[in-house]
Amino acid sequence: MESIESQIAQWREYVADAPGLNGHDVDELEDHLRHQIAELSAAGLTGDEAFLIAVKRLGDLDGLSREFAREHSGRLWKQLLVGAGGAEPVRRESGWFEPLAFAAAAAVVVQIARLAGGFPDDEPNWLFRNAGLFVLPLLAGYFARRRQLDFRAWALTLAPFAAAALVINLYPWDADSATEGLVALHLPVALWFAVAFPYMSGTIRSHEGRMDFVRFTGEWFIYYVLIALGGGVLMGLTAAILEPAGADVEQIAAWVLPSGAAAGVIVAAWLVESKQRVVENMAPVLTMLFTPLFAVMLAGAAVVYAATGLGGAFDRDLVGVFDALLVVVLALVLYGMSARDSSTSPDWMDRIQLVAVVSALVLDVMVLGSMIARIGELGFTPNRTAALGLNLVLLVNLAGAAWLSARFLARRSRLHRLERWQTAYLPIFAVWAAAVVLLLPPLFGFD
Amino acid sequence: MHIDKDLVAASATPLVLALLAEGESYGYAILKRVRALSGGELEWTDGMLYPLLHRLRRLGYVTTEWRTPPEGRRRQYYMLTDEGRTALADQRRQWETVTRALNDVWRGPGGLLTAMGEA
Repeated sequence: MESIESQIAQWREYVADAPGLNGHDVDELEDHLRHQIAELSAAGLTGDEAFLIAVKRLGDLDGLSREFAREHSGRLWKQLLVGAGGAEPVRRESGWFEPLAFAAAAAVVVQIARLAGGFPDDEPNWLFRNAGLFVLPLLAGYFARRRQLDFRAWALTLAPFAAAALVINLYPWDADSATEGLVALHLPVALWFAVAFPYMSGTIRSHEGRMDFVRFTGEWFIYYVLIALGGGVLMGLTAAILEPAGADVEQIAAWVLPSGAAAGVIVAAWLVESKQRVVENMAPVLTMLFTPLFAVMLAGAAVVYAATGLGGAFDRDLVGVFDALLVVVLALVLYGMSARDSSTSPDWMDRIQLVAVVSALVLDVMVLGSMIARIGELGFTPNRTAALGLNLVLLVNLAGAAWLSARFLARRSRLHRLERWQTAYLPIFAVWAAAVVLLLPPLFGFD
Repeated sequence: MHIDKDLVAASATPLVLALLAEGESYGYAILKRVRALSGGELEWTDGMLYPLLHRLRRLGYVTTEWRTPPEGRRRQYYMLTDEGRTALADQRRQWETVTRALNDVWRGPGGLLTAMGEA
């Protein structure tokens, strides 16, 4: 039997490498294999014969891993990248040249815009207003090329960018317009959702595809932050070394920083796809680390605010802080969900996540109350409207998520429902960001 | 007799649901039951059962639990949920309609006419 055990161990090692299968799947298949071998051996076959037949009956590994990957679409990207069967018409590793070309293009576009605007000596409004349009169309183009989209899909990919460019540059902005500042803030968010179209090869209705995009967003963010940190260290050391030599460090920074920040967007996206295994191992750990910390912080803050009655006397600016807080909580929840194995039953992380969400909700309801009172007193301004709208959009999302995850914890609902709620909600974020860009300025007379 | 691949695939879901309606089970036992029931005529590639089971789980038709039976290795058990029962009933109605229609046709022109007459 010794040789059988080593054969099974070898088989296990081989199968574990297949894309689309995780450790539990391999355990399950191994159990199956052992049953089959035992039965065939009992029927009089030798160990070797039984092993061969049992493996053969399991089916060829390529087909099997494709089926697993299709079912667990969260693992599907591995399939696409490793290209085990070529079931999807996605280009395989294109090497480093293509992303590098796009990154260089992004860097050049940003530099041209910077020179045209005279930044940093001059700070023209159009530069900030258009910031989202310098890099994200290139990111969308990069994905459209990688996914080998046809002409129609290319047109649909570029349409939102062209429309946004036209609208925000044709609007007759007032000097020191508040709505213009809001556009600078919301346009990148709206355009990020436009990147989802080529990222998903146009299948934007697919809930699995949307979940993949959420996962991509989280992992892209982590890579981008890491690149930014490394870049910061590099810049700091460069400045320290060159300053004594009499170089104009500010001038160097003006050239390097914007280009680096723009190129980093493309490079991070490329890394997420090509070095997926790295970030895939790291991101869930980070989520696991920070979700409890945020839960403790939020629960503490909720208790303090409620006990001291601070809730009624919120400063107006605090709503912005709370918007940021809710976005972070939502990001943690969303990413944690996308990285989660949806087949497992509720565990302690789900409980902690619920604590974080409920505390954030309690805090937010208090802020919202004072916010609405203030608006009732002083009326709407562009900033208040945008903050209030974002707050409501997030509040509804988190309330729905809290309700569904409580039901999931009570085993009255499935995780599937919760995932569907989130993926179905994503377009609402996109629509809100687009509405702030397109509708808010005319509503407030471009003030 | 060779059964068409598409037919095997189409019948897999109701078959697995029906087997689980008899009581919880695990992969290998389900496959053995399928082989026994069809007299070995339904040829499944063993491994494909698992992606199918995982799909049923994602749809909420079954729940799973890893357990270690006293005599054996740790393995994953599958249990039918209420949603699974509803899905099974629905599948059953569909298949009954199909088989009834086929039976009527195959009983010959008389059979078909009788059936239409009754209707």
